[in-house]
Amino acid sequence: MVECPVCGGSVKLGEDTVQGELIACAECGTELEVTGVDPFTVAEAPKEEEDWGE
Amino acid sequence: MHSVIRPEEKLLIKEFQARDKVHLEMVDDRKLIYNLGKDKFDYDVVLERCINHSRALHALRLFESAGLKCVNSSQVAAICGDKILTSIHLQERGVPQPEVRIAFTEESTLQAIEEMGYPVVLKPAVGSWGRLLSKVNDRDAAETVLEHKATLGTYHHSIFYLQKYIEKHGRDIRSFVIGDQCIGAIYRTSEHWITNTARGGAAQNCPLTEELKELSVKAARAVGGGVVAIDLFETERGLLVNEVNYTMEFRNSIETTGVNIPRLIVDYVLQAAQGPGHG
Repeated sequence: MVECPVCGGSVKLGEDTVQGELIACAECGTELEVTGVDPFTVAEAPKEEEDWGE
Repeated sequence: MHSVIRPEEKLLIKEFQARDKVHLEMVDDRKLIYNLGKDKFDYDVVLERCINHSRALHALRLFESAGLKCVNSSQVAAICGDKILTSIHLQERGVPQPEVRIAFTEESTLQAIEEMGYPVVLKPAVGSWGRLLSKVNDRDAAETVLEHKATLGTYHHSIFYLQKYIEKHGRDIRSFVIGDQCIGAIYRTSEHWITNTARGGAAQNCPLTEELKELSVKAARAVGGGVVAIDLFETERGLLVNEVNYTMEFRNSIETTGVNIPRLIVDYVLQAAQGPGHG
C-alpha cells in the first residue's frame, strides 16, 4: 500500500507488480507509474506525447 | 525494451517468465545510453515495446548497429511509423488501400482535397490512437483545418496525408499477424467515425476469412513482416488496408478472439533469437 501523490489516497499494489507498471488510483483515477518495487513507490505517469501509440 | 509497463507488456513478461531457460532483461528506454560503435549487449534478441515511436525507431537501429536481432526491425518501425511510407510500401506491393494523396503546402493540399471530393480524412504522417485526425466534409472545413495546422502545427504537420473517407458503418477490422500467420482479428465498433479502441471503440471477435487472412499477411510482408496489427476497412470493392501498427496493443483482443496473443508473440521472439531464417 502506498500513498497516491495526487489525492493522498491508498494505492494497493500486488505481489506481481513490476517497476514501470501503469496503475490507476482507485480513489482519484489518476494514472500512476510504479517507480520502485523495494520499497514500493509511485509517481504520476508521464503525460501522453505526440508520438505515443502503436 | 520498454518505457511504461502497460497490460500488454505485463502479459508478455509473465509469458517470458513461464518459459524454461529464458532470461528476460527489462531495458527501460528512459535509462538507455548508447556508446556508438563500442556497445556490446549480451542479448540474443530485443523485443521492442516502447510507447514513443521516435525513441523506438532510433533505439532499434542502435541495437541493430550493435549486431542485435530486433522484433520488430527498425525498418518495419520506420515504415509503419510513417503513414506515407506505409502507403508507398502497400502500393508497391499491390495491397489495396483507400485513395491517398500527399501534398506539402496549404494551397496544393486544398487543390488535392477538391480533386478527391469530400469527405476526406487528413492525418498526420506520424501519429497513433486516432490523434489529430480530421474528417474534412467541405471546403470551409478544409480551409479552416489547413490554416490551423499551418499556424499551430510543428513542421511535420505541414506534410499533408490525405485519405479518401471510407464509410465504414460504425466498424473496422483489426487483424493480428505474427510472422506468416494471421492469428486473429477483431471488429472495432464505435458510433464515432474514429474506431480506435484507445478512443473508446469496442472490440468484438471477427471471424478469419480467407480474404482477411491473405490480405493481412500480404500487408504485413509489404512493411517487412514481424509482429504487426493491420487496420482494415470493409468496402463494396473488398477489404482495404488502412494502417499497419508495429508495437501492437492487444489487451482487448485476447478474450475477444480466444487467441493467446502474448504466447504467440513470445514463441516468435524466441524463434527469432535462434538466428537468421527464424525471424
